[in-house]
Amino acid sequence: MADQLDLLWPVLIPVMTAALAACFWYNIRAQRIISFIGLVLLFAASVKLTMTVVEHGVIAKQFGGWAPPFGISFVADPLAAALVAITGLLALTVGIFGFYDVRARHERAGFYPLFHGMITGVNGAFLTGDAFNLYVWFEVMLVTSLGLLVISRSREQLDGTIKYGVLNLFGTILFLIGLALLYGATGTLNMADLARVLPGMTMTPGLMTAAMLFLAAFAIKAGLFPLFFWLPASYHTATFAVGAIFAGLLTKVGVYATFRPFTLLFLIEGETLRYVFTFIAAMTMITGVFGAAVQWNIRRILSFHIISQIGYMLMGLAIATPIAWAGASFYIIHHIIVKANLFLLAGAIRAAGGSDDLRRTGGLLKSHPWLAVLFLIPALSLAGLPPLSGFWAKFLVIDASLRAEYYGLAAVALIVGVLTLFSMMKIWMEAFWKASPVTPSRRRYVPVAFIIPIVMLGAVTMTIGLFAEPFVTYARDAGDVLVDPPLYIAPVFGAEAAAEAGALIAGDAVEAEVIETDLIENGADDGVEEEVR
Amino acid sequence: MRSIILVASTRIFFIAMVVVSLWILLRGHNEPGGGFIGGLMGAAAFATLAFAAGVDDARKMLRIHPAVLMGVGLVLAAVSGLPGVVLNGSYLQHQWLELDLGLFELKLGTTLVFDIGVYFVVIGGVLSFMFRLYEEEQG
Repeated sequence: MADQLDLLWPVLIPVMTAALAACFWYNIRAQRIISFIGLVLLFAASVKLTMTVVEHGVIAKQFGGWAPPFGISFVADPLAAALVAITGLLALTVGIFGFYDVRARHERAGFYPLFHGMITGVNGAFLTGDAFNLYVWFEVMLVTSLGLLVISRSREQLDGTIKYGVLNLFGTILFLIGLALLYGATGTLNMADLARVLPGMTMTPGLMTAAMLFLAAFAIKAGLFPLFFWLPASYHTATFAVGAIFAGLLTKVGVYATFRPFTLLFLIEGETLRYVFTFIAAMTMITGVFGAAVQWNIRRILSFHIISQIGYMLMGLAIATPIAWAGASFYIIHHIIVKANLFLLAGAIRAAGGSDDLRRTGGLLKSHPWLAVLFLIPALSLAGLPPLSGFWAKFLVIDASLRAEYYGLAAVALIVGVLTLFSMMKIWMEAFWKASPVTPSRRRYVPVAFIIPIVMLGAVTMTIGLFAEPFVTYARDAGDVLVDPPLYIAPVFGAEAAAEAGALIAGDAVEAEVIETDLIENGADDGVEEEVR
Repeated sequence: MRSIILVASTRIFFIAMVVVSLWILLRGHNEPGGGFIGGLMGAAAFATLAFAAGVDDARKMLRIHPAVLMGVGLVLAAVSGLPGVVLNGSYLQHQWLELDLGLFELKLGTTLVFDIGVYFVVIGGVLSFMFRLYEEEQG
């Protein structure tokens, strides 16, 4: 049972780090030390959690000794555990990058407490098995990320933060209303309990509304079409370290949160919902990649690519076969590393060339050739070229879409891949290949603190690309848990309850079509209990 | 603009509000109250002081930076769950100690540590933006 405590540390360590850093408000040196120790411990704890999940399968923990569904459950399935591990890695690398990038005035404004507070929110959101608790972690994440976004207190940052804050607050409110409806209908918000109760219930208009509110709320968080415009308006204003951690993690928490209810709670067997997801996935991919084409600021280009890449992850939800889920899980993990690395590289390009506007920089191939190589690793991976991690990620989702006969979606994914390559080449041509438009007054150096994390993340990308098999196997496991709710229910409520729920879901899948047509034809007749075997 | 009546009455109000907030904090476990509400009242006491006597006086009265108070509170709250890990293997499972003091029975629990932590976090959190808002208003 001691293994279950592994679930606690990825949340408790950053909380304690944030709190201790705040205790030493005036002692910046102490804060730096505490922060770094916290990051190392967090990384170790998150790796430990993943190893435990690999060994024992899904694990769950009740806090405060309260029985489920009354206490708050934490559940780690393979997807959540992997995301926590990646968060640990990313926090550590961005922490190293921050040695140089985080200025003294940022530190005095509370960078370390806010940074670790945000990591707490992210890990909490990944691990919680309680829908209301998920809302709480979203709030933690939102408040701390707002603080991190305005940390320089410039006019530009304030503008970005307001756009970011207003839309995300709106999203959280939608989520809260959805939760209220769901609680009113079911009387529980524990996700495993909901997964147990919901299959036996008729899909009333109230439940349908709750599902749609969840979709809208998480669509804002994840940056899905058409609710993504806050993202490119804000991310490029953040400092480079903050931008990288935002780009890597925040939208992916939204994607993860979209996956949870639509795998555990609401069945997506019906044609209508699938059609909606397919449409959103395709549009997210297309609008993102075209948005990037007209930009010149490196991080704005990359911000639009976050959106288009999220479309690929959503393909998992649209196709919803086990292979598609595996592909989507693999995609999220690959994407977090690559995207954060590209944002860090934007910082390095700026340090080397003096600007992050492509029109005002250039000639870096001659002055910093190794930077060009380091840039190509995540850039080509993002575009999906073999043998890098992005190739396997794209291969898995496109393969899944072809097998499930979603030919249109597969075509869109391939075309968007080519356009992504074009966009990455644009950055490469402008920043590295072409001659610099301004004669540099002095030789610029890229600090070592920038290079270490970029090399680390690049090495991970290469490793996933060259030795893809264990990662694909792991993603398969993650996909299997996502399609099979009883696997998620069992650690919380025991095998018996899980088997019952499994029987309900199996019965329900047959009747899903019936309910679907029922809903369309005569609304839904609430109150009438559906007889399910 | 500084009103003499407000300044004079604030001294009494401040003490009264802090005492009441502590009382609400302590009665909290089985009756309405607790760290959150107590903390809000405590923050209101400091806010009143800042309003009447100026932010500098209020900051002096608080002695430590509000963010530090938040940090200390968060540490207390987080640590209060650890005894449960050691004794029951369950984080935040609170442990109770019952003392018979002759006249009455005193029940002390790790929940009290948690509540005091919350009390500090709320005071620190509210005051860290309240002070800044007042400072901007006063120029």
